[in-house]
Order: sequence, then C-alpha cells, then structure tokens
Amino acid sequence: MKKDIILAGVGGQGILSIAAIIGTAAMGADLYLKQAEVHGMSQRGGDVHSNLRLSDKPVASDLIPQGHADMIIAIEPMESLRYVSMLAENAWLITNSTPHVNIKNYPELHDILTEISALPQHIIIDADNIAKDLGSKRAANMVILGAALPFLDMDIKLFHDAIKTIFGRKGDDVVQMNIDALKAGWDFASSKAL
Amino acid sequence: MNKIPLLGDEAIAQAAIDAGVSAVYAYPGTPSTEITEYILKSKEAREGEIAASWTSNEKTAMESVLGTSYVGKRGMVCMKHVGLNVAADAFLNSAITGANGGLIVVAAGDPSMHSSQNEQDSRFFGNFAMIPMLEPSNQQQAYDMIHYGYELSEKFEIPVLMRITTRLAHSRAGVNQSKKRKQNALKMPKTAKQFILLPGNARRRYKMLLDTQDAFTAESENSVFNEYIDADEKHLGVIACGISYNYLVENYPDHKTPFPVLKIGQYPLPRKLIEKMYNECEEILVLEEGYPLVEESLRGFMNNGKTIKGRLDGSIPRDGELNPNIVAQALGIPHFEGRESSQHVVGRPPSLCKGCPHIYSYNALNEALEKYARGRVFADIGCYTLGALEPFNAINTCVDMGASITMARGAADAGLVPAVAVIGDSTFSHSGMTGLLDAILGKVPITVMILDNGTTAMTGGQYSNAHGKIEDICIGLGMDKKHIHVLNPIQKHHDENMAVIKKELEYNGVSVIIPRRECIQTLAAKIRAEKRKVKLATQ
Repeated sequence: MKKDIILAGVGGQGILSIAAIIGTAAMGADLYLKQAEVHGMSQRGGDVHSNLRLSDKPVASDLIPQGHADMIIAIEPMESLRYVSMLAENAWLITNSTPHVNIKNYPELHDILTEISALPQHIIIDADNIAKDLGSKRAANMVILGAALPFLDMDIKLFHDAIKTIFGRKGDDVVQMNIDALKAGWDFASSKAL
Repeated sequence: MNKIPLLGDEAIAQAAIDAGVSAVYAYPGTPSTEITEYILKSKEAREGEIAASWTSNEKTAMESVLGTSYVGKRGMVCMKHVGLNVAADAFLNSAITGANGGLIVVAAGDPSMHSSQNEQDSRFFGNFAMIPMLEPSNQQQAYDMIHYGYELSEKFEIPVLMRITTRLAHSRAGVNQSKKRKQNALKMPKTAKQFILLPGNARRRYKMLLDTQDAFTAESENSVFNEYIDADEKHLGVIACGISYNYLVENYPDHKTPFPVLKIGQYPLPRKLIEKMYNECEEILVLEEGYPLVEESLRGFMNNGKTIKGRLDGSIPRDGELNPNIVAQALGIPHFEGRESSQHVVGRPPSLCKGCPHIYSYNALNEALEKYARGRVFADIGCYTLGALEPFNAINTCVDMGASITMARGAADAGLVPAVAVIGDSTFSHSGMTGLLDAILGKVPITVMILDNGTTAMTGGQYSNAHGKIEDICIGLGMDKKHIHVLNPIQKHHDENMAVIKKELEYNGVSVIIPRRECIQTLAAKIRAEKRKVKLATQ
C-alpha cells in the first residue's frame, strides 16, 4: 500500500488538521508516514500545501516526486489545481467547491470547476454547506476528508479513532460532530464515484 | 515503545528532553521555532525541571547556553540559519572556550527561502568554528543524533552544531524514543582559565582546538552517521549529505542504488571514506542541501582530478532546495513528468490578515508621506514586511533584524530627510534598541514607527521580550517624551493617527510612534482558549 497525498488550501484554512487526522490514522494502522508541512511567512493568507506520504514500506523522501501523487485533497478549488502536475495517471482530485477569494485576479470559478470536471477521477463537494447543515461550519474540513476516504484504502474506524485522539479533549459532542461530518463526506463521494 | 509522530523540530526537542537537557534558549525563526515551542509546552519545562525561554535575540540565547555549559549542565540553543549570524560572536568564541556540560547549537536552514532573506548554509559556520557538526537525514536520526551529540560534546568538551533544513524541520514521521537520562549535576569547569579568553589563554585554547581537529575527523570516520553503502557498479559514487540521501534513494526500488553511496551525517568530513570512494569510483556526484561545501572541498582550487558533479558543474541547480526529481535528472533517470500545469491558477502571495493592525498603520503612514518623494521607508523583518506588497507598497527595505532604524539613520545623515523606520515590537527588542540609541545620540531626523502587536507574530505568536516596556525603553535610551506617541491603529482613528505621523515627520530629531493593538491571531487564539475553559467548566 502506498498513498502519496497533496493537501492544498489557503493559509488559515486548516489543512494541517486534515493532515493530523490522516497521520494519526496511519500510525494506528502501523503504516510508515512522512508529512511535510509549510509554516512561517506563507501561512498569512497565501497558498499552503502539505505532502503526506503513507506506505507499508519505509518512506524515503519527505517530498512527493513529480507525477507520483495519488491524490490531491483541497479545501479550495483553485488551490486544488495548483499542484495538478504532481498527479499520477490514475489519481484522484477531491476538492471543496467554495472559493476563497482574497486576491483581485481570482480566475472565473466556472473555468476552474470545468477543468477539475475534465479530470477522469474527481470529487467536487460543497463541504461548507454540508457542514452547515450538520450544525458546524468548522467541520467542513472533515467533510472534505470524508469525501477522500473511499479512495484511501484505509478502514474508516482508524479515522474515528484518530478523531477521538485529536478532538477528545474538546468534548464528546465535538468528536461526534466530526465523525458525522466525515460520514457525510464519505456518503457524498460514494454516491458520485459509484 | 510505540513510535510517536514528530516533526523534525519536535524530534530534536524530545531528544533534548530525553538526553537530560537543563536549559534551552532561542529566538523564534522559521524553520526552527517548533523546537523551543515543543520544549516550552513539555511537562519538564512547565514544572521548572528545564529552564526554557525565548530570549531577546540569538546572541543572548547563545551566551545564556554557554553559561549553562559552564556550570556543567547540558544546554541547547536553537535558531534559524541567519540567527547564527547574530549569535556568531559568541558562537565562534565558544569553540575557543570549549564546553563543560554538553552544548548543542541547532541552526535550521531554509534553502529556497520559503520564509527567509537568504539561503546561507550553516555548515560553513561549523567549519569556520572548527567544531563537529551533525546533519540528520530523517526525524529518527535527528532524535538519535541529539543523544549522540551531547556525548560527543562532553567527550571533547566542545560545542556541537546540528544543521537541519526546512524539509526535515517541518516534516513529520514516526520516531522511536530512547530511555530518559538524568540531568547533569552542577560541575564547575576543570580549569579556572578555560572561559577567560584573554590573549594568553585564548592562544592556548585555540591551539588545543587545532590539536583536536584530527580527533574530530577520526570520530567522523567511525561514526554510525557516516555510512559507506557499497555496491557493484563503480562508474559512479554518490556522496549524499543529510536529507539529500532520501531524495537519492527515492529514485531506486527498495531504496537500493546500484552504485556506492557515502551517506554523510557528521562533519568534519570523514577523509578516509571519501578517499575510498574517490579511488574506487570513476566519477563522483555530490548531493548536498545548500551551498556546495563538500563539492568545493573535493574539487580543490586546481580542479584537476576526477570528474566531480554537483551544484558547481550544473548537474544540480546552483540554488534552491533539492527534491527527488532534481536528483533523478542529475542521475539521468527518466521520470514521469506528470500532467501539464493548470491554466487557471494564479499566484496567491501571503498577505496581512483581515483586521491586522499593520494595515491601519500603513494606511496612515502612506497618507502622511504623500507630499514627499517616495523611497524613504526603511522596514524590518516580521509580518509587517508584507507592507512591501500590494495594496500598500509602503516600505522600501527589508535586510536584517534591526536594520530599519540604523539604515534610516544612515540615509538621514546622508541627506534623506525625513527618513522613516518601521520595526515590530519583537524585532525592536531583538536588535532595534541599540540603533535607536545611536540615532538619539546623533540627533538624527528620523521617525521610528514601532508597530506593537504585543507578540512575535510571523512565527506564530511567541512572547515579545519588550512587551509592556517600549516607551520606558525609549525614554531610558534618551528619547524626548514629547516625541513619543502611542496610536491605536484602527480605521476610526485614521485621521488623527495620520496627523500625528505627519507632524513628527517634520520634527528635526528622533520621533518614536507606537501604533499599538494586539495581533488578531493571538487575540483570536486567546478568545478560543477562554471559550474552551468556560465550556469545560460548565460540563
């Protein structure tokens, strides 16, 4: 098993919370893990990404080689395309549909979504609204992660445990909310992909 | 014991705790910040077992840890690569005094300048100081090397430099912890004169340092961190330093190369191992993150030996960080290029946060400066450096910590009046105070804006050492109280803020203007923490 994943978003959107959940789940599955994060200046409203590598064999490089990424998980549609050249042949692109417009020259959203839709394997999910319907806008990232899970080849229970580990101290209701959000994303992606 | 997922920075921190460190000092700087943050959050630091703190700058940090070492305890000092420039005086002299308790200096480099002004390679500082150096290739090795580094430091009574770079500092992997060691007891230096660098003593100590060089090299020859991995095909030998090893083996099935590899993790360079590779292989490729330090020493000035490939002959780009693809190209390995890049992606540069106090400081400053020719704002290093970008275009320089006030002084002395300095509160405590003293003594017509958001914001909100003391510091340095103004940088006060700046620009002497409002990131974090506390209390 080998999954090279690029997480993409805008500084402050919380891609590291997704990375932390996948990382914890991977440790629970006894997988090898490397996860390169971006800190510092670029965090301030700029584009951010993280390279996450999971494997049942030791992982050498902290960075994913060009053309080897199995998946892009993005919190923002334009950011989902920034590293599209990193993707392998049969890779998945999973992205939130809500744009984060903090620049003047943000491209036409329609063009972005059309380009994503032309990829053979993609999920575009309105995570913000799904999370809002569940009662917590802040759970949107878990909805997006949930939408990636059907293609990760990992037991969903590992992710429930990871959510408990990471959100446990915030109380049972927060844990349950995130588990529900994960399921909502999973359900959406499963219905689209099958 | 189970593996724990740690950033390279965190692995170093956990190792220091486990190796019995007594004190950790640092000034925050990407990508080194998380080492000290991890230590500060540890049980050991919170319970006072380890003295850990943010210092005013890297020099005070370095000197503090030398004091830790002086009394026989283990200490660590952490900084980004350019921080070592600030600490350089103490750092280079610490090689002459030597250490008593184990002393590790961690310098975290930033090739490709993700969050830095240059990509200088700290290994040159290690060579400059003539001390042993460690360069881990992965998180586990970073952990193990700290334990080893303290033993090495105490064995030779010498500071040890650990050099890491961004990708290791900020990449997470599972790390096995070893057993926790007790802290050293207080133990004074063996000889009273070791730390007195009067010329007579210094000459003796320097000779001792020179005499120990061979022993350092011998240690490198036998180090588990310098590994000669032999293979059959001798048309090529690759010397891979630190994390560049990962980028090399990434390109081969099961991480096994068909040619010999010399993996370097400890310096001075293991001479015999390099000679072995040089003698057995037809060509040498050097992979190193940063400057071509190893490559240059292999080539020598006359460059008349075997073919040495690396950054100098263009096999590897001369600047920027390495990755598996760059290494593949240097090895002539065809690799899958991937898809074409998207046509619908535009740049998204970092920007000041919505509601950031700096926005309103710059709006007021820009308007106050409207009647003057442009090009007179000397800024500094922090979030407010983003004032260089659209829509502000408010600043004209950013060079090194503290250079705002001093460059404005030089420009004003040379005839650019008025000149403005823009510096953050933390940068002011780091290296701004001395420059302000100079300007006050010189009665220089400059307007100094100390943007006080109460924190070291760019690196994530660490304590700012001048917090609550800025006016008092300025008065203590000799500022005329009449020309110190505290402003509230919000839209509502724009006109009056602008008027104050405008008036002080016309004053023929030093003015200090302090726009003061808390960083909205640290404020939001405080509010979140408060809400959590209330929620837990009511559950």
